[in-house]
Amino acid sequence: MMQKRYMSIWFSTLLTDWIRIKRPVLKDLPLVFSDKAGNRMVITAASKEAASLGIHLGMPLADARAIVPDLEVIENQCHKSKKLLTALGRWCIRYTPLVALEEDQGLILDISGCAHLWGGEKAYLREIVNRLRGIGYQVRAAISDTMGTAWAVSRYGRVSPIIKSGEELNALLPLPPMALRISPIASQKLIKLGLKTIGSFISMPRSALRRRIGEDSMERIEQVLGQKEDFFLPITVPEVYSERLASMEPIRTRKGIEIAIEKLLFQLCTKLQSDGVGLRSALLQSYRIDGQVIKTQIGTNSPSINTSHLFKLFSLQIDKIEPKMGIELFTMDAVRFDRLDPGQESLWMTEKSMSNQKVIELLDRLAGKLGAQVIQRYLPQPHHWPERSIKKVDSITEPLSLPWRTDRLRPVQLLKVPEPVQVTAPIPDYPPMLFRYQGVTHQVKKADGPERIEREWWLEKGEHRDYYQLEDAEGKRYWLFRSGHYSSEKPSQWFIHGFFA
Amino acid sequence: MISKLFSLLSQKDMAAVKKDIIGKLQEQILNLQGFKPERNAHGIDFGLGIISNAFPGNAFPLAALHEFLATNLEDAAASGGFISVLLSTLMKKGGLCLWISTQRKIFPPSLITFGLSPERIIFIDLQNERDVLWASEEALKCESLTAVVTELDEISFAQSRRLQLVTEKSRVTAFVIRKNAEKLSSTLAAARWRISAMPSGAIDGLPGLGFARWQVELLKVKNGIPGNWMIECAAGVFKPVKQAPFNDLKIRKAV
Repeated sequence: MMQKRYMSIWFSTLLTDWIRIKRPVLKDLPLVFSDKAGNRMVITAASKEAASLGIHLGMPLADARAIVPDLEVIENQCHKSKKLLTALGRWCIRYTPLVALEEDQGLILDISGCAHLWGGEKAYLREIVNRLRGIGYQVRAAISDTMGTAWAVSRYGRVSPIIKSGEELNALLPLPPMALRISPIASQKLIKLGLKTIGSFISMPRSALRRRIGEDSMERIEQVLGQKEDFFLPITVPEVYSERLASMEPIRTRKGIEIAIEKLLFQLCTKLQSDGVGLRSALLQSYRIDGQVIKTQIGTNSPSINTSHLFKLFSLQIDKIEPKMGIELFTMDAVRFDRLDPGQESLWMTEKSMSNQKVIELLDRLAGKLGAQVIQRYLPQPHHWPERSIKKVDSITEPLSLPWRTDRLRPVQLLKVPEPVQVTAPIPDYPPMLFRYQGVTHQVKKADGPERIEREWWLEKGEHRDYYQLEDAEGKRYWLFRSGHYSSEKPSQWFIHGFFA
Repeated sequence: MISKLFSLLSQKDMAAVKKDIIGKLQEQILNLQGFKPERNAHGIDFGLGIISNAFPGNAFPLAALHEFLATNLEDAAASGGFISVLLSTLMKKGGLCLWISTQRKIFPPSLITFGLSPERIIFIDLQNERDVLWASEEALKCESLTAVVTELDEISFAQSRRLQLVTEKSRVTAFVIRKNAEKLSSTLAAARWRISAMPSGAIDGLPGLGFARWQVELLKVKNGIPGNWMIECAAGVFKPVKQAPFNDLKIRKAV
């Protein structure tokens, strides 16, 4: 079996480097990241400048501010570092197919059989480190037979970053116990005992050591020395669906563009279909001879690999593609794609369910021309407050999670904002006798109510509403409410909120 | 040949045969006019009772354009309620419906009162009338829908003809609510309705509001007989009201 080789890359100041690449203004300023821990803000990352002023990780933000009053603070980015590492890991795929994330800001690469392509391990390591430093990240890297040794040398190594096979133990001897990545308590204990280097205790009898630092730490040591298998969980690379079509002669006609789109869609959809996914959003880029790139994007309401339907969506936008001197290259990318439901089961049941696909395609066409926000579907929400009793849903297949309420009559037409009306009503709780709305006086003949609806105090403040259903002399029906209680200080406010059928 | 046949029959029989022939010819004329009676239409009972007699062939015209006149929000609410009851019958077997409008005020939870499940309606909320017409036409082309409700301020003759032709092809029923019915133009709709509220009757002599009661005016109906009725809606079902108190109704001129 071929000897495994691992490379560990350590981003010592990952987050601060990242923000400085994004905002170069922050260069050379003391900079920290802070996050909530319990009920206080603590430092989660600090730049070199901040660290040299005495700010360390885990320090309360208030203390840090006391030390450095003009400290730059970036808050609530706790998930950022993992995201960044994943992105960097994906970038590293160019050097080896197997990349894994490491805790505390590092990557581990399985480089077995890869380094010679770059002319040996030395050149390989230099290439990666230089490239990353060029982007703006402070990195240290090390190569070794075991992941643990590579980790230790990249963090604590002083001599050479490349550890030859079988030299692991020698490389580890001068390093502090922390380099073994054993628990902080165990390493503190060892230092307290005066065992400040790995060399001073590694040759001790296992049983004696185990008693002092525990079983977990012993296992860790065995992994570092390569006596036990370590875990390696490679990150996955997202599939990229992209097609390109170059044309010998620049294309200048609508027909030509249509043919190009059809061809690209066919290629893309064949690929998507074989992977069992469907298109949610596609981007067509047309490269013109004059250097301009025209971007055209479509979206669908459900994953689709129906080329004729997707083509229809594009054809709504072909007018926007101005060929001018001619287009020499088309590319099409699947910007978003989702798993394709095999049967696309639906809640519309029965005979019409077969043709559900057609409705989805209709909605796509509407969304393509008028925008996706025009399509609304509503489901009930467990709230009494009328404005909050329904919620918008994006999908046309989301089923009903709780039943519609039928015990209370609700108006067919509901005003977005209740409008004030003048009302004559006997107190305390009788329905109005007449009300005036938009200059017309309505005599109330029949009435039901009141139905008191309390405002949900945990969501918003304000008065409750007492709703009445009123019928005037002509039989027209209205939904009026009085806001709040009667009080002697101010006249009560009445509003009209809806119209019954 | 036919005259020979007639001579053989008695006077009474001849009347029956004539009626039969006339009936068949009428059906042919209707067919030529683009009015094809839906094969299952006779199976669907909207509970309209006596109103059904006003329609050609005594069946509510599906796959056709129905327009509803509404001058104010109260009328729009009544029309919305009436259409919802029709839709609930139409969608009993499943299916979807689109409700296309600008400045929509329809409150979905209320539709359950008329037997219509609000989650089976997709609302399309648009900015201008032109888009509403375009979207309605596109929607009516889609055979998989059961019905399309369109709220509009105005619709011209040409626009109504476009919609009517599309419905004839796709067999989707179209309901158009004209919110600005003061300026009326003629259209090609198969039926023109006006639904307005009426004072409700007490339920079992109890105070408070009774069931919603509407005056249903069928102002125009292609190949049918326009009329004027009173109808009640209780628990999502139509209940025609006896015509007795009809004298005091203000009879509007047919438009």
